[in-house]
Amino acid sequence: MPILEMSGISKNFGAIQALSDVSLKLEAGQVLGLMGDNGAGKSTLAKVIAGDHRPSDGVMKIDGQQVAFGKPMDARRAGVEIVHQDLALCDNLTAASNVFLGRELVRRIGPIAFLDYAAMFKRAGELFVELKSETRPRDLVNKMSGGQRQAVAIARALLTDAKVVLMDEPTAAISVRQIVEVLNLIKRLRDNGVSVILISHRMPDVFSVADKIIVLRRGRLVANKAASQSSPEEITGLITGAIETA
Amino acid sequence: MSTTLEKAIEHSEHQSLMSRVTNHQVFWVFMAAVAACVALTILTDTFATERNLFNVTRNFAFVGIISIGMTAVIATGGIDLSVGSSVVMSAMVTGIVMAAGYPFWLAGILAILAALGIGLVNGVLIAYVKMPPFVVTLGTLSIGRSLAMVLSDNKMIWEFGPDHDLLLEIGGGRTYGLPNPLLVMLALALIMGIMFRWSRWGQHVFAIGGNENAATKAGIAVKPVKVSIYMFSALTAGITGVLEVGWLGGITTNLGQAMELTVIAAAVIGGANLAGGSGTAFGAIVGALLIEVIRNSLILLGISTFWQGAFVGSFIILAVGFERIRNFRMGST
Repeated sequence: MPILEMSGISKNFGAIQALSDVSLKLEAGQVLGLMGDNGAGKSTLAKVIAGDHRPSDGVMKIDGQQVAFGKPMDARRAGVEIVHQDLALCDNLTAASNVFLGRELVRRIGPIAFLDYAAMFKRAGELFVELKSETRPRDLVNKMSGGQRQAVAIARALLTDAKVVLMDEPTAAISVRQIVEVLNLIKRLRDNGVSVILISHRMPDVFSVADKIIVLRRGRLVANKAASQSSPEEITGLITGAIETA
Repeated sequence: MSTTLEKAIEHSEHQSLMSRVTNHQVFWVFMAAVAACVALTILTDTFATERNLFNVTRNFAFVGIISIGMTAVIATGGIDLSVGSSVVMSAMVTGIVMAAGYPFWLAGILAILAALGIGLVNGVLIAYVKMPPFVVTLGTLSIGRSLAMVLSDNKMIWEFGPDHDLLLEIGGGRTYGLPNPLLVMLALALIMGIMFRWSRWGQHVFAIGGNENAATKAGIAVKPVKVSIYMFSALTAGITGVLEVGWLGGITTNLGQAMELTVIAAAVIGGANLAGGSGTAFGAIVGALLIEVIRNSLILLGISTFWQGAFVGSFIILAVGFERIRNFRMGST
């Protein structure tokens, strides 16, 4: 059974048709590369999955259960975690505090709940080890490299046992070395049975981690195929419209 | 694997305890205050007298109490200019209610509620209507003082009915040899020191100051936390108002005028960053202490009080300049 299944998803904003009749399936532990030019509907599709937008039409299922997200919190409860492009981290807090932000562990002494730093450092440390990242739980985020920041954002997603992690352009603004680090993080997620949707402009990144690639053009799905059976040239053609469909 | 995990957890930026302590602005401000005290003890025979120390500690307690509230506001990236007006509102309500013959406890409660009302208005307009904190609290600064004038008809109140002596004792007296306002400040600093570091609320306050957008996305109830912060700041001003009437033994409508600037200065000297995300309760009282020691030393050394502003202002710039240099050295901006 697919983890995420979308059938006939459409979204229009007034007269503008942002998505029309998009259908796709994502299996557990699969990495899906979502590609398309600016304005092709990538972010609209991402926002539908993340619960920011309600689709105008179509059915979305997670783990076989039909879902209708009214707000991002609904999506999170259903097991969809988003790693935002800006990562949404608090630079002034430690890695562990960021991982647990909004769901801090507490220990009660009488009626008062104290933050359980020891437990949070330990759990965050375990997550970073799981991600094979050198990020340290006690370090402040503002002292971290782009790759370590990504690890913190991804550890946030792992903490809740997310089924689907949606990553919005994670490699857009970081150095080549850090890109390798981030791609490794994505592989770790996959190995842990988490499905990843990778939105990216960078063809080599997508081809190095994605099992499946879908291409959107003017709100329509024009390709949905295994990465091993495609090539960067073909995908470029599909994105620009030089190739009609595949 | 487990050893590397343990190491990773134990590890904290390759710093010894000593370098972590000396890396804090608060440490140097504290040392400056201590140095000033030592120098004054040697240079004058008036500083280390019981009477002078009693005055110094009591004076700085009023600024210290509010600067703890101000630190919380600044930690969220906000500012509260209305604290001086909350002080006079609280003091005026105390005075009027007591002068009308009601007991101290009732007057105190009403006074605190009046201050909290100002904080609630600030908080709601800032968090829910999304108005800039500077503008909102500038407005309530003006409104608060004006209402205090209306309430009192701009007359001085110096007779406080049946609980007159109790009020003067609470604000101006001492317990175990320490001025009562100082004890209130120490208790508040202790509670808030724990709250900032060890409560979810404290964590959320600093998260909002660090990245409000991220805090919202993480599901933190940003708006209620912000309202609570402005109400807390007003609460500290309200407590100060009640204590200050008792200390002065009389109240006029210019009480707490320009106090917000001293309080903000204390918070900033104590390590609160106006951009949000940093500050401690301990830093707030150390900042307040330094300002009061400077003020007191100028008087004792016979330097014209006209110089006070120049000295306090220089310390604000020095303290923040030190922070900049430290950041620059550590390679971040």
